Amino acid sequence: MALVSHIAEEPISTPVPSSKSITLKIFRYNPEHDDSSKFMEFTVPYEKWTTVLEAILEVKKYFDHSVAVRYSCRQATCGSCGMMINGKPRLACFTKISELNSNVITVEPMNNFPIIRDLAVKFERLFDTHQKIKPYLIRDDTELETDEREFLQTPEEVEQYIQFANCIKCGLCNSACPTMATDSSFVGPQALAQAYRYVADSRDKGKDSRLKIIDESHGIWRCHFAGSCSQVCPKGVDPAMGIQLLRGYLLGFKS
Amino acid sequence: MRESTIMKIHYGTALAAVALVAVHILMRLTTGFAESLEYENVLANYKFIPYAAMLELILILLAVHGFNGLRVILLELKQGRMYEKAVSYGCLVAMFGLIAYGSNTIIRTNMGMT
Repeated sequence: MALVSHIAEEPISTPVPSSKSITLKIFRYNPEHDDSSKFMEFTVPYEKWTTVLEAILEVKKYFDHSVAVRYSCRQATCGSCGMMINGKPRLACFTKISELNSNVITVEPMNNFPIIRDLAVKFERLFDTHQKIKPYLIRDDTELETDEREFLQTPEEVEQYIQFANCIKCGLCNSACPTMATDSSFVGPQALAQAYRYVADSRDKGKDSRLKIIDESHGIWRCHFAGSCSQVCPKGVDPAMGIQLLRGYLLGFKS
Repeated sequence: MRESTIMKIHYGTALAAVALVAVHILMRLTTGFAESLEYENVLANYKFIPYAAMLELILILLAVHGFNGLRVILLELKQGRMYEKAVSYGCLVAMFGLIAYGSNTIIRTNMGMT
């Protein structure tokens, strides 16, 4: 009770105007109306903890409400706010301005995705390829036996795939992939990493059907192992490693 | 043919070609390099059947590997059903054409028809 009253009495801090500011260059393009893209510059105050998404929302709130940006959770969980920040694919909500060490921050839509408007891109291809690799457990016994409650796994079995289960489908890996830039039919690192996530899962019995899906002319073999997908993943997933491990199955090194 | 089978052939031909081309280069070093390229010496290489067979094998390995590599590059550059079929069959035809042309040279020289 005493604690509650203490919290209630805590004075509400008023925001102190920041002495620091950056120039935020925002990519502007509406494919329905504009012939070409342009950048608009805004001077935005920031604190040590201010994220790029917060700076963009500041622009929307005080300077230009028409800036199009997709976001939701603001905590690197929903995977909505992926964009090119100073030339690198990043989550805007997970990138602090202070960590960029630059007075000018340029935000652009993700590469390899069609633009809806400004910073918002279409995710259809990402979701289509993700769906294509059957991202769910495949088993013959669709119903649990009466005495079963769950499919038990050892910690070692979980370790085989758990990092790949952290994928939030933000599309940063596909944006960074050099093959995706030229091959519009390529499955992409996101879907391939998810294919490995299920192939490596001891509960799953759909390995053969998944390997068949990715073993085609625009499938797993078009990866050049540039590794940029793994570098940009905000959740620590290593799609490049997953792709190499999947190749091990297809080349007969793993079964 | 499945893409994994094609890529197994691709990697296999690369490894085998590296080994055989190494033998080929070492053979050049058995005599002086300039001397080994003299007309009579080159003809003698072709007339020595084990060496001619190795050259034929190198030709096949490099043609298979090279044209599959070209197919892959072209498939990544542009997509489309008709385009991809044209690239795949075009590379196959070019591969067999090059092997036929090279084999013709090897066989004719081996038989003393030059």
